Amino acid sequence: MTQNKTYIHDYITIQNNEIVLNGTSVFKIEPTDFGDFSKQAYRNFDIQYPKFFKMDALSKLAFLGSELLLSPITSLETENNIALVLANKSSSLDTDVKYQESISDKENYFPSPAVFVYTLPNICLGEISIRHQLKSENSFFIFDAFNTEFMSNYSDILLNTNKADIVLCGWVEFFNDNYKAFLCTISKEESAKYKNENINTLYNK
Amino acid sequence: MIREVYITETNCITPLGFDVQSNVEAILLGDSGIQLHNDISLMPNSFYASIISNEKINSAFEKISTETKYSRLEKMMILALEPIIKNSGVELNSKTTFILSTTKGNITALKDASGDNFNNAHLDVLARNVADFFGFKTQPIVVSNACVSGILAVSVAKRMIQSELYDNIFVVAGDEVSEFVLSGFNSFQAMSDLPCKPYSKNRTGVSLGEATAAVLLSANPATAKIKVIGDSSINDANHISGPSRTGEGLFRSIQNALKESQIDGNKLDFISAHGTATPFNDEMEAIALNRLSLQNVPINSLKGFYGHTLGASGLLETVIAIESVNQNMLFESKGFDEIGVSESINVIEKNEERNIDYFLKTASGFGGCNTAVVFEKVKHELH
Repeated sequence: MTQNKTYIHDYITIQNNEIVLNGTSVFKIEPTDFGDFSKQAYRNFDIQYPKFFKMDALSKLAFLGSELLLSPITSLETENNIALVLANKSSSLDTDVKYQESISDKENYFPSPAVFVYTLPNICLGEISIRHQLKSENSFFIFDAFNTEFMSNYSDILLNTNKADIVLCGWVEFFNDNYKAFLCTISKEESAKYKNENINTLYNK
Repeated sequence: MIREVYITETNCITPLGFDVQSNVEAILLGDSGIQLHNDISLMPNSFYASIISNEKINSAFEKISTETKYSRLEKMMILALEPIIKNSGVELNSKTTFILSTTKGNITALKDASGDNFNNAHLDVLARNVADFFGFKTQPIVVSNACVSGILAVSVAKRMIQSELYDNIFVVAGDEVSEFVLSGFNSFQAMSDLPCKPYSKNRTGVSLGEATAAVLLSANPATAKIKVIGDSSINDANHISGPSRTGEGLFRSIQNALKESQIDGNKLDFISAHGTATPFNDEMEAIALNRLSLQNVPINSLKGFYGHTLGASGLLETVIAIESVNQNMLFESKGFDEIGVSESINVIEKNEERNIDYFLKTASGFGGCNTAVVFEKVKHELH
C-alpha cells in the first residue's frame, strides 16, 4: 500500500466546561453540568439545528466538536468525502443505564424508542453525518483509553486507499456527566500547522 | 501492489449447532432456531426468538475450561474462537491481533449493576476477558457499529492486513437475546408475531436471535477458504433509526466495494443480504439493489434461520455464505413466500446447486450505517 504522509489540519478539545480550538480557548463558562454547558455552547456559536435538543449527551458532545471543525470546510451543496472514525471507553453506557432504568421497574415499565435508539455509540456518527450530509465511511471503536496509534493508523489507511479525502478522527467519552472530546481533521493535503505534533501529543495537551 | 487478504478459518455458535458443519446440515434440512418463548424475565408476553440453551453452552464450555468467571456471552465467544485459534497454529505475537465486534456486549450486566458487574458491561472489559483467555499479545480492538458490527469488523481487519500492520487477525462477533434488546425492538413495534419472513408480502418485523461467529483473516493464502476483495461502509446521512428511502448508503457501499473488487455486478453469483423482515429495511434493500441493476442476482437473508443476531449477524452470515461457495450450493431464504417489496429481487426459494465464484455480503443498521463486502472463491492450484 502506498504510504503517503498525512497531516493534521485542525483539532478541538471539549472538557471541563471549556472548548479549545487549535489550542485557543473559544468558549468557557463557570462549572455546570453537561446539559447546561452544551446548551450554552450551542447558543454561543449560534448553531441553528433544533434536532440537537433531542440528542443524548454523547451525541451532543460529538456534535459540538464536529460542528466547529466541519462547518467551515463543508457545504450542503457539494459532496464531502469526510470519514468519521471515533472511539471511546464507555460506549453508550450513559444512555444504556437510563434505558435499563426504564425497564427495570415492572410497575413503572416504560421503554421508549426515543431513548433506545441512543443505546448505540455509533448513533453520534449518524447525527454528524446527517448534519453535514456526509455519505461517507464511518466506524465507532471502543478502547480502555484513547488508542492514538490505532486511530491514526486506521485514518491513514482510509486516506491512502482513497476511501476518504479527509478523516474526522477522535475520542468522545461521556459517562455520568464526566466528558472529554478530542477531535481532529486529517488529510493528505500538506499543512505546516502541526509539524511536530501528532494525535497523541495534541490529545494530551 | 496491495497484499491480498483471505479468510482461512471459520466457526459459529448458534441454536442450530456449535460448529459450521452442523449449522450447514441444519440449514440444508430447513431447520430454524426460531421458537416461541415464554419467559417473563425477558418479555411480559410470549415471543419468537432464536435462543441457545444455557445447558449446551455450559457443557461445551466445561470441555475447554473449568473457569467459572466468564459471562454467558464470553463463553459463547470463547467457544467460537477456541477451535480456530488452535487449528490455525498462528502464533499470538505482535503481528497477530484480535477484533471483537458486538452491538450490546454484556448488556445483561446492567440488570444488577453493582461494582464489578457494572464494569463488565464495558465493551473493552469484555474484549480483554476474551483476549486474555487466549493470551493475545496485542491490545484488542472493539468495533461497535450497531448491526453492521460483525461485517464491518471483517472490513477493518482486511484494511489493517493490507496496510501490513498485522499478518493475522482473529475476529469474533457476538450478541445475546436480552430483555434490554427485546424491549427496545418491541418499543419500536419492530417485532414479528410469527417467525420473521424476510422480503415477504406478509412480513411484520424481526425475530431476534443470538449467536457468536469467529473467523481468521490472514495474508497467508495456504489454507484460504475465501478471498476478501472489496469493501465499503457508507452512512445514509438520512435518519438515525430508519433506513434511507432511496437506499443511498447501501447503494454507495455496494458500488464502492464492487469498484475496489474490479468486477461488474453481473459477476456476482449471489448476495447474502441483511433482510431483517421489517417493512422499511427490506424495501430499502430492494431499491438499492435495483439502482445497481442487481435485481436478478440470487439473494438470501438467513434471518429466517437465526433471527436477527444484531452485531453477530454480518459475520455469522458471512461464515455460512463461505460454505455456500465451497459447497457450490445456494441456501434458501427461509420464511420467504410471496414477494413483498415494491421492486423485484431474486429471492432464493429452494436450496440449489450452483457454481459460485463471487458473492456480496451486506448489512445495514441504526445510525444509518451500511457495509458491503465482496468475496471471491479461492482456486487452489495444484503444485
